[in-house]
Amino acid sequence: MLTDLSIAAMQAGLRDRDFSARELATAHNDAVAAARPLNAFIVETPEHALAAADAADAALTAGTAGPLAGIPLGIKDLFCTAGVQTTAGSKILEGFVPPYESTVTAKLFADGAGMLGKLNMDQFAMGSSNETSAFGNVVSPWRSAGSNRPLVPGGSSGGSAAAVAARLCAGATGTDTGGSIRQPAAFVGIAGIKPTYGRCSRWGVVAFASSLDQAGPMARDVRDCAILLKSMSGHDPKDSTSLDLPVPDFEAALTGDLRGKRIGVPKEYRLDGMDATIAALWDQGLAWLRDAGATTVEVSLPHTRYALPAYYIVAPAEASSNLARYDGVRYGLRVRPEGGNLADMYEATRAAGFGPEVKRRIMIGTYVLSAGFYDAYYTQAQKVRTLIARDFTLAFERCDLLLTPTAPSAAFAAGDKVDPLEMYLNDVFTVPASMAGLPAMSVPAGLNGSGLPLGLQVIGPAFDEAGVLNAGYAIERAAGFAARPDRWW
Amino acid sequence: MSVDAATVKRIAHLARLKLSEADVAPLQAELNGIIGWIEQLGEVDTAGVEPMTAVIPIKLAWREDLVIDGDARDKVLANAPGAAHGFFAVPGMIE
Repeated sequence: MLTDLSIAAMQAGLRDRDFSARELATAHNDAVAAARPLNAFIVETPEHALAAADAADAALTAGTAGPLAGIPLGIKDLFCTAGVQTTAGSKILEGFVPPYESTVTAKLFADGAGMLGKLNMDQFAMGSSNETSAFGNVVSPWRSAGSNRPLVPGGSSGGSAAAVAARLCAGATGTDTGGSIRQPAAFVGIAGIKPTYGRCSRWGVVAFASSLDQAGPMARDVRDCAILLKSMSGHDPKDSTSLDLPVPDFEAALTGDLRGKRIGVPKEYRLDGMDATIAALWDQGLAWLRDAGATTVEVSLPHTRYALPAYYIVAPAEASSNLARYDGVRYGLRVRPEGGNLADMYEATRAAGFGPEVKRRIMIGTYVLSAGFYDAYYTQAQKVRTLIARDFTLAFERCDLLLTPTAPSAAFAAGDKVDPLEMYLNDVFTVPASMAGLPAMSVPAGLNGSGLPLGLQVIGPAFDEAGVLNAGYAIERAAGFAARPDRWW
Repeated sequence: MSVDAATVKRIAHLARLKLSEADVAPLQAELNGIIGWIEQLGEVDTAGVEPMTAVIPIKLAWREDLVIDGDARDKVLANAPGAAHGFFAVPGMIE
């Protein structure tokens, strides 16, 4: 089946003319249309995929094809796409059709990729389960052994995760603020990398927490992540925090040879009451890395336990500021109470347009930034953030990369976590690297007792995506993860 | 520190979120749960620690002070819920 192919295999097949880009796009458009019970897409754009395919077929014949010519991708609905509705999963942006293209999608399309549609997500990327989208929950293609209960795909890039795992697309864009690429990748048994902060331009990506938001690829294997990341990366003058550095050939770095590499094991990540299967898989991962030539060393990240509470000050604070723009004036929803004035319109529009989790975070952010509380909360959180980043800097004096679990559990059932705090704790292993702006990826490494995927996380020093990907590649080769969800949709 | 109902209403007003009376109590309970949890940051000794301002230290780029984009009025207004005469249109502010 064409939809089973990796991106690397698609590139080879297109180059050898084993199949046309149009055949590839059609197979994926059909898979998308047949998978609506997953609710992975908010908008389907088969015509975009076909147009890119036809252009790719012509370019392949002419010898002018770009590296992603004819590869159909899913695009998270946080990326503005010219002429195609972009909502960030929120009613407040329903009907918003950007007149411009985000830098990341523009780069992918310039390299020849097509778009199958806009992927569902937690509203404004706030969530870890895809239960906060205004367009309905995304359902994971996975099910626990012997159960039909709908499971969450993780979040916030849950539509991306579900679509890639269900073979609706071989790759998708995600974004990661506190784990939104890595945790859903782990939940559905795929790979995903959050690069160094600034590696991918944020221009045209709907903002959540600007000092944390990073785009990155999600795909079924590490090589495909490397291929996509190369295309998505690069300096962009339109994003003042964009890194002005050459983009390495991430794919060429995939040797699986880790001789001379020291892998750090942060002892603070070994939580009391940790799931035994996850603890065992972590040890297995370290053994695999040693088999690939690495040595392992215990390191300490003493401020780990403060990363989550600091994140839940910094991220809501930035969100409350970024989301002030949704006021019913320039785009999106407008609700004007009968006889109401401008202020009434603002309040009514925002009350009707934002979901409960978004409102909760705007309230928290507004509170911690309000007069009298700013220093106690926001300034203190930014100081703790300095300490968290310093922990990593010191650890990387003793090791080259870190290995940890990606999430404290496998995917849970929709509706299982109703307390916001309990949901936040799901990001305990992913948030610290986000707070320090470091590259980190999740690689599928095994299944739990219920047959659900578990991921391991590789964290690297700033700018070393190539090292992270190569360690991920070594794990992937050793794990030989081949499980896939049985089709029920 | 816990927030009371009046604080919830004040914060909602600052955030321009209309709350019904029925919204206040549940939101107050949720906010107190979250704020109570984030307050553990107070126990971290941050004496002499600078607050983070840039997660990856980079030098902000300079560019010539030139108009490099624009002339896109109709595109900008195309998504507006209300537009008239080439401007965004909003309900009256002054009686």
